[in-house]
Amino acid sequence: MSYEELLTQTALSDERFIVMTAENRALVRNIPGKLGNRFIDTGITEQTMIGAAAGLALRGRIPVVHALASFLTMRAFEFVRTDAGIPNLPVKLSSFIPGFLSDGNGPTHQAVEDISLMRGIPNMTVFAPADEQDLVEMLPQIWNCPNPSYVRINTRKTDHQHTPFEWGKAEIISKGEDVTILTYGLLFEQAFIAIEILKNEGLSVGLINMRSLKPVDEQAILHATQTSSLTVTLEDHFLTGGLYSIVAEVLLKNEVTARVLPFALTEKWFKPSLLPNVLEHEGFTGKQIAEKILGYKTRSVQPEISIPQFSE
Amino acid sequence: MQSVITQFQKHEAIALKVREHIIKMSTDGGCFVGASLSAADLIVYLYSEFLNINKDNLDNPDRDYLFLSKGHDVPALYGTFAELGLLEKERLKNHLSTEDHIYWHPNTHIPGIEFHSGSLGHLPSVAIGVAMDIKIRGGKNKVICIMGDGELNEGTCWEAVLVANAYKLDNLIFVIDRNHFQANMATEDLIPLEPLHDKFTAFGAAVKRIDGHSFEALHEAFSAYPFQTGKLNVVIADTVRGKGLPSIERRADRWFCNFNAEEVEDLLKELHGEKITQLTSETLVVR
Repeated sequence: MSYEELLTQTALSDERFIVMTAENRALVRNIPGKLGNRFIDTGITEQTMIGAAAGLALRGRIPVVHALASFLTMRAFEFVRTDAGIPNLPVKLSSFIPGFLSDGNGPTHQAVEDISLMRGIPNMTVFAPADEQDLVEMLPQIWNCPNPSYVRINTRKTDHQHTPFEWGKAEIISKGEDVTILTYGLLFEQAFIAIEILKNEGLSVGLINMRSLKPVDEQAILHATQTSSLTVTLEDHFLTGGLYSIVAEVLLKNEVTARVLPFALTEKWFKPSLLPNVLEHEGFTGKQIAEKILGYKTRSVQPEISIPQFSE
Repeated sequence: MQSVITQFQKHEAIALKVREHIIKMSTDGGCFVGASLSAADLIVYLYSEFLNINKDNLDNPDRDYLFLSKGHDVPALYGTFAELGLLEKERLKNHLSTEDHIYWHPNTHIPGIEFHSGSLGHLPSVAIGVAMDIKIRGGKNKVICIMGDGELNEGTCWEAVLVANAYKLDNLIFVIDRNHFQANMATEDLIPLEPLHDKFTAFGAAVKRIDGHSFEALHEAFSAYPFQTGKLNVVIADTVRGKGLPSIERRADRWFCNFNAEEVEDLLKELHGEKITQLTSETLVVR
């Protein structure tokens, strides 16, 4: 099932749902005709859309709002924090092209601090699915929770069959004693490639799809860091405030330490290009990740990375 | 006609009491007294006569809604609530006490407050969401959002007018407390707003501009609701910052005031035309 199919089905079967967009229709192309006046496009007004979503939520609605990740989280930040966060209203943020998915747009469109910003808001919940199946797996629980929620929309397809989503739980793909990679979102694809290369090199490797960044699965983080010689955090986000910070917070809170190697953007935006080139340029392909962990080159072949197919 | 005049006299008596509450809240930490006094009459009018809001229907989805977007004039709102029985008068004495929730901006711990405010330019869009839902459900509720004229510097106010126009929200009324001042100076000396009527009209609203201290004018304007089918209603209420206290009226340096006990006593007399206060407390208090 696709994101749009799930949203359509959910909204048609539950009158509380309102689908909103600040003229970002890529994910909701066919919904206007099906939902009538429960589809609201406020034009290019992320702030007004969020304020109106709060007003709709006051009246018992569950607004699912759509905008580009950078404008949703930064242009409208204060509206999200003040109008959805303070009153703890169930405004559901669907964040389009977060992280590396903004590929060729340039730094204006790069939401690489969104996790940091959103998890800093009291009452907000934060999610980053590994692919479309993971996304569709988690959305029903997210949309039905009473809090505001932020979802890094990721509609890419992978071959992985995900386990059912459990609230606040990470998905443990595999466990390993040498290395465990913690990741979320689109980089799950590359992490999967990386662990295959590492296994071929004889390492015992774990992989965890974090899925939910707030609430976060502290036990999964503690277990991985305490049972693996090296923990890797892999994210298309600034080093500050994302998964690396979350892991640091969890370790400090539990008075333990660990060897952690972060893959993240440090004090810079990424080079705009098509997604495969971005990953290559920034050192985030599965092969590059594996070789950085190993400390040497391998004969492994990086599989082709598909270019996102977006209509706008 | 006799009964209407009596009704206006009743509103005036309530507004006088509300102003007394505002003055009493302007000490021991103070409050935004100038903006509260300018908005007092229109708030009293709306709750006394126009809006279907009372202590027994605050959870009824068919009630009307009022959003106070400028926020810092909340003493006028709490004073009105106290006079109309939505809030115990005793609670006003808890101003700035950590034991209660009565502080410089509205919050939903106080019955009758639909949404918190303080950050300007937010509640026009929240009010739009409520008005949209009422339209979807085919409801008859009226939705009011009171904004300050200084608040109109915020771009989101104008964004909201565009969106309200697009969605033909004729169940929504933006009321502008046009007291001609923003925090530190006259609006026309900083970010000029005039011709304000024309601006709103050009954005697609149906606009009325009236004397915001005349109950007769308020009555005439709001009786014409909805002003035009399919159009956002805008009322520009021309008011005077500090209205009722000549010693602070139209004074740029009397925005936030923290008066001493003696000044409060004198200002209460001044409100009743008995004297003019010699103010010695600090001006231009920064909050």
